[in-house]
Amino acid sequence: MGKLLVENKTIVTPGEELAEGMDFLPAEGTFRDKDKIISSGLGLVNVNGRVIKTISVSGKYIPKTGDTIIAKVTNILMSGWILDIDSAYSAVLSVKEAKDFIRRDADLTRYYNIGDYIITDIVMVTSQRLVDASMKGPGMRKLIGGRIINVNCHKVPRIIGKKGSMVSMIKNATDCSIIVGQNGVIWINGSPENEIIVVKTIKKIEQEAHISGLTERIKTFLEKETNKKINIEKVE
Amino acid sequence: MGYTKRNDGRKFDETRPIEAKAGIIKRADGSAYFKMGKTVAYAAVYGPREIHPKFLQNPTKGKLRCYYNMMPFSSVGDRVRPGANRRAKEIAMVTEKAILPVIDLSKFPNSVIDVFIELPQTDAGTRCAGICAASIALADAGILMSDMVAAVSIGRVDDKLVVDLDYSEESYEGGTVADIPMAVISRTGEISLLQMDGNLSREDLKKAVEMAKKACSKIDKIQRDALKNKYEVKK
Repeated sequence: MGKLLVENKTIVTPGEELAEGMDFLPAEGTFRDKDKIISSGLGLVNVNGRVIKTISVSGKYIPKTGDTIIAKVTNILMSGWILDIDSAYSAVLSVKEAKDFIRRDADLTRYYNIGDYIITDIVMVTSQRLVDASMKGPGMRKLIGGRIINVNCHKVPRIIGKKGSMVSMIKNATDCSIIVGQNGVIWINGSPENEIIVVKTIKKIEQEAHISGLTERIKTFLEKETNKKINIEKVE
Repeated sequence: MGYTKRNDGRKFDETRPIEAKAGIIKRADGSAYFKMGKTVAYAAVYGPREIHPKFLQNPTKGKLRCYYNMMPFSSVGDRVRPGANRRAKEIAMVTEKAILPVIDLSKFPNSVIDVFIELPQTDAGTRCAGICAASIALADAGILMSDMVAAVSIGRVDDKLVVDLDYSEESYEGGTVADIPMAVISRTGEISLLQMDGNLSREDLKKAVEMAKKACSKIDKIQRDALKNKYEVKK
């Protein structure tokens, strides 16, 4: 019978032995060495039945198919745009994948110019990490106004919260529109004072993401900052 | 006569007091501070990011690139000219090779992981401190690693084998000195760096390797604690 060598939900370092015995299966962020399962990165251990994985807490964004991200246009090609996606690799948005139909001889800067931020989907990532983006689908658009902040992409799930509970709490408290990209780029639009509150709140979440009781702390923080009473919506 | 007592009163197999911290440079993707006695090393990791110049791109795997730099005011002697010199380039190369076995670069084709090691204060053992700091910083940057690397220098001062030489021992005048910086991959006990300055008998070298492994397992624990402390719940 196998044996766990670390507690569930603790921080482990690379090369740390997580479990002994062939009963356990190594998943993401772990590997097997003889009968031991070893962590291959800094992260939180997650034991789910027989499957052990480590959820990384830091690192650059790695593009994944199906992610909705916020990207910056950095260059224009004959057939599309090059996007900076805050990762080691850049993405390409082809003319065919743009929101509207674009004629062959059209001036592409009229649609998305260099320096523009857009919300886009990643539709394909190759083994060489060539990334294809698409603007087809609801919600994909160019971002006008507002401000952009960058956060650690591994904290994005905590910023969004269960079924979007955290981000909608911030939205309700500050009347700002907020879009969180999976790559850790966040767009905030509202009155300048409120935008600053949102930035502060997100930075707080980023710092305290791994400490339990986060929602409650953020609620009191927002109440103090905005002088408003906030009701946390129960998520089923 | 022999070397009977160490200059700073340590035991022969004792390292200097070590202090390590992770995540101290906010703008870097990963960073670390590693202090060993009076030797201080900072390491900052950036990446994986796009590689420049572009001809260095490798479509099958990523690249690890290390820089080593002693600050102008870091040593007791003359001002150290900053930037790459022959020694700095060599140390950067051996650092790279000491760390490379534990890093999985296959996930980052065409990209580079940059490691910058800066030494604001030096008192011998800088490449070891640099490797220790770089190892913490790489883990902090979320790079996939199969293990961590700890490094220490073992030396022979006159007739005694000693762990972690400081500058006064390296420049000991009462007899000959040999200095062997070693890097040990913690879990497997493999050696990824072994250089030697001076000469040593075969038996002594074997003993020195054992001493390094013992000292490195202690350093390894300090490195891991530094990483865990960063995420510790503060009450």
